[in-house]
Amino acid sequence: MDAPVPVKRSLGGWALIAVPYVWLLIFFLAPFLIVFKISLSQIAVAIPPYLPAFDLASGWQAFFEKLGELSFENYLWLTEDDLYWKSYVSSVVIAGISTLLTLLIGYPIAYGMARSPQSLRPTLLMLVILPFWTSFLIRVYAWIGILKNEGLLNQLLLSLGLIDEPLVILNTNIAVYIGIVYSYLPFLVLPLYASLERLDGSLLEAAEDLGCPPWLAFWKITLPLSLPGVIAGCFLVFIPAVGEFVIPDLLGGSDTLMIGKTLWTEFFNNRDWPVSSAVAVILLMILVIPIVLFQNQQQKIAEKEA
Amino acid sequence: MTRGPSWFNVTSLVVGFSFLYLPIVLLVIYSFNKSRLVTVWGGFSVEWYVSLLHNEQLLDAAWVTLRVAFVSASVATVLGTAAALVLVRSGRFFGRSLFSGMIFAPLVMPEVILGLSLLLLFVAMDQSRGFWTVILAHTTFAMCYVAVVVQSRLVGFDKSIEEAAEDLGCPPVKTFFQITLPIILPGVVAGWMLAFTLSLDDLVVASFTTGPGATTLPMKIYSQVRLGVTPEINAVCTILVVLVTIGVIAASLATRRQQVQKERDERAAFGAED
Repeated sequence: MDAPVPVKRSLGGWALIAVPYVWLLIFFLAPFLIVFKISLSQIAVAIPPYLPAFDLASGWQAFFEKLGELSFENYLWLTEDDLYWKSYVSSVVIAGISTLLTLLIGYPIAYGMARSPQSLRPTLLMLVILPFWTSFLIRVYAWIGILKNEGLLNQLLLSLGLIDEPLVILNTNIAVYIGIVYSYLPFLVLPLYASLERLDGSLLEAAEDLGCPPWLAFWKITLPLSLPGVIAGCFLVFIPAVGEFVIPDLLGGSDTLMIGKTLWTEFFNNRDWPVSSAVAVILLMILVIPIVLFQNQQQKIAEKEA
Repeated sequence: MTRGPSWFNVTSLVVGFSFLYLPIVLLVIYSFNKSRLVTVWGGFSVEWYVSLLHNEQLLDAAWVTLRVAFVSASVATVLGTAAALVLVRSGRFFGRSLFSGMIFAPLVMPEVILGLSLLLLFVAMDQSRGFWTVILAHTTFAMCYVAVVVQSRLVGFDKSIEEAAEDLGCPPVKTFFQITLPIILPGVVAGWMLAFTLSLDDLVVASFTTGPGATTLPMKIYSQVRLGVTPEINAVCTILVVLVTIGVIAASLATRRQQVQKERDERAAFGAED
């Protein structure tokens, strides 16, 4: 990327900046401020189902008066009812375990791809990207037929005589892990493959010539050099997995607590907009740290390449 | 890396790719199942595809989804390409880090938050919800993906061609359409396709931002899936998977052919110099 130097800009140059900028301000940033505002207001039986917390239309005087009336009740409520607290913790735990499992499964795949003949690599890369383009919902749905009690996996295991009675997998946390690993695997494999492919093979040959066993060479050379890819991939799995809704809803059980699902229920079933806004604000605060870390890391990589 | 694959590498690739593809393959196979019991094979049949043609609700939803995806992908491509140009070319300006933050944040933001926040915006604006609000919502997150895809294409761009055009008196807008756009076109097309499939695929944001009369296909599929696996849904999914697969393979073949052509041209040009 070019070094950011101040440039003289024409009218067109300003318009180029302004159009996407204003669009994002209106449809991305402003909505968050509204979520924050509504999270401070009180529920009401009305449409929209909340009492406005403050309204700039009534002037600054009224604004400051209202400021005193802001209600942190929704946040207090979140700390009192342990459903929310448990949902947050269990989302982070489920996302963490799933990320680890994805890494364990994804690393050998990315490694195998980087080791495959040059001519085969574009095809393999294509094969990893293709599921990413296919509908997320469909890919999650496909697992229901496999994991059900009378599903294909149990049929196979029963006919092989490996088990005597069907395993209960669907509607448990195990099904959620499988769903997350399956859905997010491409996100981890792609950055990992990119960093493994660039790895200088002569380093490994030198280690081998000096009598280093392959596993030690992997531990001392390959793994540290692929670390940026590992970190980027893990962030790309972990961050969206924390707020995941579709997977816990379709594959998880009624006792699978994930914050995305809790927010959805609060909003669509209980129609409590202020509380679901408060849930969203806290979810965002939990995710801000990994998001900022991820962006810093990406920036560092970009600078190194430049 | 230059060394050949070991048996371990081959095994992990075979196991890994089976894991990625087996569920989809099974879903496609069982969409041709005669039995209504989805997991019991009762012989080959296409009856579920035939019954789809008479399911008007599903066809309506599919039509809504296609229109939403087409409009939002197109607007998102224009906005996203502009954003990518700003990120790569515009140098420093006031609020630049806010701008790049707003581009990258939606990529990792949980969909429930995006959906909820946009819904609350539409309510605050007193905007009745439906077809257009879904388009606005999809455009917003899709433009960020387009921006990232186009940006990666712009970074490896030889700026001297543009400068040459401008030195020769070509106005900026004309330079963009005659020189910049043709070169970044593969990125722009890939961005459009990505935006289109993201919109086609989205359940959560659409559920929050839609209103009466604008039910999208994923919403329809979701509400039926909650009631259980049915062969009709398998058939719908199969059609979507086949369409997307054809699209992606065609696009990648086209890009590869273009690349081969480019390399051949370059070689020919260097050959002529010798």
